[in-house]
Amino acid sequence: MIKITDLHKAFGSNVVLNGVDLHIKKASSMVIIGGSGTGKSVLLKCILGLIAPDSGTIIVNGVDTKSGDREAFLDQFGMLFQGGALFDSLPVWQNVAFRLLQGKHRLSKADAHDIAIEKLRRVGLKSNIAELFPAELSGGMQKRVGLARAIAAEPQIIFFDEPTTGLDPIMSGVINELVREIVEEMGATAMTITHDMSSVRAIADNVAMIHNGVVQWTGPIGKMDDSGDPYLDQFINARAEGPIEAVR
Amino acid sequence: MIQAIDGILARIGRSTMAMFESIGRLVIFASLTVSHIVRPPFYYHAFLQQLINIGFYSLPVVGLTALFTGGALALQIYSGGARFSAEAIVPSIVAIGITRELGPVLGGLMVAGRVSTSIAAELGTMRVTEQIDALTTLSTNPMKYLVTPRVLAATIMLPVLVFIGDTIGIMGGYLVGTNRLDFNSATYLKNTWDILEFGDVSSGLIKAAVFGFIIALIGCYSGYHSGRGAQGVGAATKTAVVTASVLIFAANYILTDLLF
Repeated sequence: MIKITDLHKAFGSNVVLNGVDLHIKKASSMVIIGGSGTGKSVLLKCILGLIAPDSGTIIVNGVDTKSGDREAFLDQFGMLFQGGALFDSLPVWQNVAFRLLQGKHRLSKADAHDIAIEKLRRVGLKSNIAELFPAELSGGMQKRVGLARAIAAEPQIIFFDEPTTGLDPIMSGVINELVREIVEEMGATAMTITHDMSSVRAIADNVAMIHNGVVQWTGPIGKMDDSGDPYLDQFINARAEGPIEAVR
Repeated sequence: MIQAIDGILARIGRSTMAMFESIGRLVIFASLTVSHIVRPPFYYHAFLQQLINIGFYSLPVVGLTALFTGGALALQIYSGGARFSAEAIVPSIVAIGITRELGPVLGGLMVAGRVSTSIAAELGTMRVTEQIDALTTLSTNPMKYLVTPRVLAATIMLPVLVFIGDTIGIMGGYLVGTNRLDFNSATYLKNTWDILEFGDVSSGLIKAAVFGFIIALIGCYSGYHSGRGAQGVGAATKTAVVTASVLIFAANYILTDLLF
C-alpha cells in the first residue's frame, strides 16, 4: 500500500531522514515511534507531499507520489493532526464536512451536514456541538472532531499525528480505542506517529522505530517486547541508560 | 586586515543574496496568486467574506482619516494661500490634493495597518497550528482558498474605499471652509466641482488598486511564511505592516511619475 525506499531529507546541515525504508501493508495499522526530533513527522509530511524529500521514492497504491493527479492522490488520505488543526472560522460541522463541500465530488450542504452529524456521533459527540466553533470545545472534543474530519470522506489511508498528546490518560484511552475501532471497521490503512506506549499497544499491528534518520527496527507488535534491539528496548521501557543518548 | 575585509564582504554578499532570494520568492508568490484568479475552482464564499472584512469594516477608519485630513488640509492651504492673497484656491487644492495624493496614500496606509496585519496574524496562526497543512490534506489548495480571495478582494475594495474617502475628505475641507474660514457654501462647491478632472480621481483610484494588491499580498506572504510560535506570528505581523507601508510609498512615487 505504502512503500518508502531510501528516503533522505535534510534541513541545511541537519540530516533528518538518512535512507528510510518502510513498507506498510494494506488495511494494516503501522505505528511509528522514536524520540523527539527523529523525523517521524517529517516522514509523514514527505508522504503527503507537504515537504519535498531530497531523494528516495514513495509509492502509494502503486503510484509514485511525484507523478499523477495531486488532488486524486490526496483524496485517498485522511489525517488527524497533533493539535487538531481545526479551522477556527468554521463551525464544527463545516470542519468535519470540509472535504465533502469542496472539489469535484462536492455534496449539497444538507447532505454534507447529515454526514458530519453521523461522523460526530461515531466519535462519541452529540449533534448539539455541530454549530459551535472549535474554540468553544475542550481539547479532547477537538481531537474527536479532528478524528471525525479525518474519516468524513471515508479515506483508504488515515494518518494520526500524536493522537493522544495533551490528553488525560482516560481520554487518551478513549481516543486510542476509537482509532483502533474506526480503522478496523473502515478497513483503512493507518499510520500513527506517537511516543505514547499505551497508544502503540492499543493501535498497532506493526511497529517501526526511527532513530538517527533510519528505521532502527520494524516488526509486528507481538515481537516488540522480545526484539533484542537495544535501542527499541531502551525506548519502550523508558530507560535513561542505553545506546540512545539522553540529553539532560 | 585582509581577513576582516573578507568577512565584511562576505556578510554584504550574503545579505544581498538573501534579499534577492526574498524578492524572488515574493514575485513567485505574487505570480501564483494572480494565476489562481483565472484558474478554477473559485471560492466565492471566501471572496465575498473578504470583500466585507476588507472593504466594509475598513470604512470607519478610512472615512475618519479622510474627514480630518480634508479639514486640516483646508486650514493649511488657507494659511499658505493667505501669504499670496490666494485664499480662494482652498477648494481646488483640497480637491486635487485629496483625490490625487492624500486619499489613496493615507487610505492605503490606514488599511495596511488594519488589514495587512490582520491577514498576516490570521494566516500566521493558521500556519503555526497546522491549519494550512490541514487544508492541503483536505485536497484544497491554500493559495487558492486563503490568498487569492484576500488579494482580489483588497484590489477591488481599496478603490471603492478611497472613492468614498475622497468624497468624505472633500466634505471635511468644505465643512472647515464654510464654518471656520467663512467660504460661501455654493462657491466652495462650485470651485471644487469645476477644478476636478476625471484624471484626478481616476489616477487616485488606480493607485488605490495597486496599494490594495500590495497590502493583501504582503499580509498573505508574511503570514503564509510565518515562523514558529507566537514570536513567529508577531514577527510576520510586524514585517507585513512595515513592508506594505514602505512599498505603498515606493509605488506611490512610481505611479505618480507615470500618471503625471
